[in-house]
Amino acid sequence: MSAEFDQKIHTTLADANLQLAIYTATGRLKEKRVESVAPGILPDYQELRTQANAIKQHSIENLDHYLEEFERNVEARRGKVVYCKDATEVADFVLGLAKERRARLVVKSKSMTTEEVDLNERLEHHGLESVETDLGEYILQLAHERPYHIVAPALHKTRYDVAEIFTRTLHVPNEIVIEKQTAIARRVLREKFLAADIGISGANFLVADSGAVVIVENEGNARLTTTAPKIHIAVAGIEKVIPRAQDLATFLKLLARSATGQLLSVYTSFLAGPRRPGEIDGPDEFYVVLLDNGRTKLLPDRTKRQSLYCIRCGACLNTCPVYRKIGGHSFPWVYSGPIGAIITPQFMGVAHEPSLPFASSLCGACGEVCPVKIDIPKILLELRSDVKKSETREKQNRIEKLAFRAFAFLMTHPRLYELAGRMGAAMAPSDGGSWIRNLPAPMNIGPVRAWLSQRDLPPPPAKSFREMWRRR
Amino acid sequence: MGKRVSLFVTCIVDQLFPKVGMAMAGVLERLGYQVDFPENQTCCGQPAFNSGYRGEARLVARHFLDTFESCETIVVPSGSCTAMVTHHFAELFAKDQAALARVHALEKRVWEFATFLTEVAGVEDVGARLEEVVTFHDGCHGLRELGIRDAPRRLLACVRGLELREIEPAEECCGFGGTFAVKFAELSGAMARTKIEAIERTGARTVVSLDPSCLMQIQGALLRAGSSVRTMHLAEVLASR
Repeated sequence: MSAEFDQKIHTTLADANLQLAIYTATGRLKEKRVESVAPGILPDYQELRTQANAIKQHSIENLDHYLEEFERNVEARRGKVVYCKDATEVADFVLGLAKERRARLVVKSKSMTTEEVDLNERLEHHGLESVETDLGEYILQLAHERPYHIVAPALHKTRYDVAEIFTRTLHVPNEIVIEKQTAIARRVLREKFLAADIGISGANFLVADSGAVVIVENEGNARLTTTAPKIHIAVAGIEKVIPRAQDLATFLKLLARSATGQLLSVYTSFLAGPRRPGEIDGPDEFYVVLLDNGRTKLLPDRTKRQSLYCIRCGACLNTCPVYRKIGGHSFPWVYSGPIGAIITPQFMGVAHEPSLPFASSLCGACGEVCPVKIDIPKILLELRSDVKKSETREKQNRIEKLAFRAFAFLMTHPRLYELAGRMGAAMAPSDGGSWIRNLPAPMNIGPVRAWLSQRDLPPPPAKSFREMWRRR
Repeated sequence: MGKRVSLFVTCIVDQLFPKVGMAMAGVLERLGYQVDFPENQTCCGQPAFNSGYRGEARLVARHFLDTFESCETIVVPSGSCTAMVTHHFAELFAKDQAALARVHALEKRVWEFATFLTEVAGVEDVGARLEEVVTFHDGCHGLRELGIRDAPRRLLACVRGLELREIEPAEECCGFGGTFAVKFAELSGAMARTKIEAIERTGARTVVSLDPSCLMQIQGALLRAGSSVRTMHLAEVLASR
């Protein structure tokens, strides 16, 4: 494990206030999800999941076809599609356009994809002001932090934290009432919306048959971002494409429920092309940036490419006993929780944080709640195997490798296995069968030491089962 | 002479909790089964599989196949080890048609203990008696990979003198996770403490589970926390009279 990963986990676990904040917030989202998909409310929930999985599978297996269809339909509506292979290409495109149009101010609605490519930092580096308009994202931008959670980015911030951030950065009086805090942000952000030259959004779905970008949100800021400025740029991963508008009937039923327990988000926007003659609202220019950034690397593997089915609902985070302890910032990249643990190694390479796929008890809760049925535990297991295969001679854990060779040898030689068991039992302290709390230094090493750091250890019994069985 | 069943007691029961194996054998014999213990058995290979060492896991899985292939019915006191055989052996041998055929022939005959009792033996009341307030911990692999939810509860409901109280929130991992428990010890320990707080809120004096490894984690954490709550495997509860 990298020292940084280890340290972040330790710091998060040691912070009692943070532990409570994460556990409470995720617990609330988790409960609401369960209520909203209960058989009495959504009887065909399991059928919807199966259907969503089938549509995603079909879309990913025919990605080239649907991306071309999407592009044709966007262009038929006078929009433009831009393919970008990485972060630099996205930034170059936005900066180039901003320069041509003499743009200075960008407003942004929530988008994990732009987080992936550090878009704000890249734009600001070149003198553009880029303002997040989702309340949670705005708070984090002021605090110079990354999103803590895919759906609830400021989940770890209490109202008192927000009061402190606002006072420090916006120079407003200390305000701890949430509604009043919202009003402060609203006042600042309305001015930005009116003055912005470019609006950048993400996309929840790209609909191939209609060339539409679909965005779901609760605050209305995405609708303002995409319609008030003269230019709208939607940045989306290529995997967001779905074949038909009618497929939304499946996905929209699942997305809000899985994310927040809402039956539907407050706003669902269908954006297709710039403002047409005779229309009052909408941008003059409409661009869809289709980002690869490592996604096409996943396509050859039948199991692992399921990772591209993700609709970013965050349900796996809320239900994950690991995420609920270590939170979002312990994860090595922008995506956290179980989905982060499977896409980070695939997008960034397993060497980015080799221990990430191992940071799971494999309890399977993530796979159970995934609305598109991504088999996350299975992918974690495959990634663990990939990590071991990829380790070079210098990097690998020689002791662990030897230990598992020895394990396989013993477990295929029953007599030696029995002998080893007896030797282990003979070495262990016997204290009338009570559990072990400490061991003397030479024995208190490796996994035993790690176990004893948290829990007592069962003493080896006087006789193994096979010995008892023979003598009964 | 009754029907024959073979025990796969798992390495953890063999080496650390032999009484669980004896209790399971006792319950099966009481129900009229002729119980045998194939001496060549060791482990299902899950520790290697979950740690990314598929080659090593495959060797151990092949040994399991060799050992149990001739057995008609195999009963296992663990949901997790059962799931390794019935759900993951096939993944290990995906590219080996001959071994895969052996896996498919065997996996149907491998049963987790509680499910074996309710589904195969067709019993819920095994004649047990235990004056105790207990709670039940669902092991994740039994719960989510094998879909075991009702069987142990139906069996516990028939134990005379026993009162079952559910954990709230139910279905949350105890934090064991095999090598995870030592690779991420601090995190695993924190998960265990959340679990035992939920257990203590039930007011039960004993935690029952199908999985010896979850019980090792929970018992270890209970003792470390100075709690007087104790753990019992379902087989030990059902063997009580």
